[in-house]
Amino acid sequence: MDLQAEVLAQALVIHVMEDRIDAAGAIQFKEKMRELVTGTTQVVILDLSKVAFLDSSGLGAVVSVRKMMGPEPKLQLSGLTPTVEKVFRLTRMDTIFTIHRTLPEEMRHAG
Amino acid sequence: MPDDPTAKAVPDQTRIVISSDPMAVRQGLKSLFQSLLLKGLEEVDCGKAEIVLAEALNNIVEHAYADGTGEIELTICVNRQGLDCRIVDHGAPMPDGALPAGILAAPEDLPEGGFGWSLIRALSEDLRYARVAGQNQLTFRLTTEQSSA
Repeated sequence: MDLQAEVLAQALVIHVMEDRIDAAGAIQFKEKMRELVTGTTQVVILDLSKVAFLDSSGLGAVVSVRKMMGPEPKLQLSGLTPTVEKVFRLTRMDTIFTIHRTLPEEMRHAG
Repeated sequence: MPDDPTAKAVPDQTRIVISSDPMAVRQGLKSLFQSLLLKGLEEVDCGKAEIVLAEALNNIVEHAYADGTGEIELTICVNRQGLDCRIVDHGAPMPDGALPAGILAAPEDLPEGGFGWSLIRALSEDLRYARVAGQNQLTFRLTTEQSSA
């Protein structure tokens, strides 16, 4: 599971460099995310623009990372592709995340 | 040689066998969507089909084959209504012999699971389950954009 973290003034941006977060990769995703967000006090923006497919295990992993980061909703999402957006919408989990259509201009360095 | 009007350039049915492992499910789906049968599908239909098939197959891996391993047989038939899918496994039966209702927990409670059947139910039609001779048989239809247009 290739995740690339980028520390910016406004946020910690994590780019998912894989095309899917599914049942075969959800645990790895969760572990890698845990390592990357531990100790951060910044807002974390998860860049999902390269992820074409996410299943219920992948969704559960994203929710679990949000919970791990504490009561304040510090995890935000960006760049949901159509199928990923559909999974969030049908499960109503789009209502509990701040979702950016794309990364804010000043954050588009890597990825 | 004259063209045979009954000849089909594209097969209308495919059958794949997947072992009960999340990585095998990923590979199986990948080859399925690269196959000639599904290559012509619109992106929106592929996305919908991949969601439903992934949930159904991973449920079998996680639950029906929770205490062992086995094979999962997936048959897809393409017709004017869309995709008719049939999934057969030899694992444990559904609890109470019926499909889960798939009722979503409140999003505010931050559920980490329980999404699968709700997604399957939302995106499929004519969803049926039967336990026959030690087999779980799940059938459903995925209506495609082309067919509903």
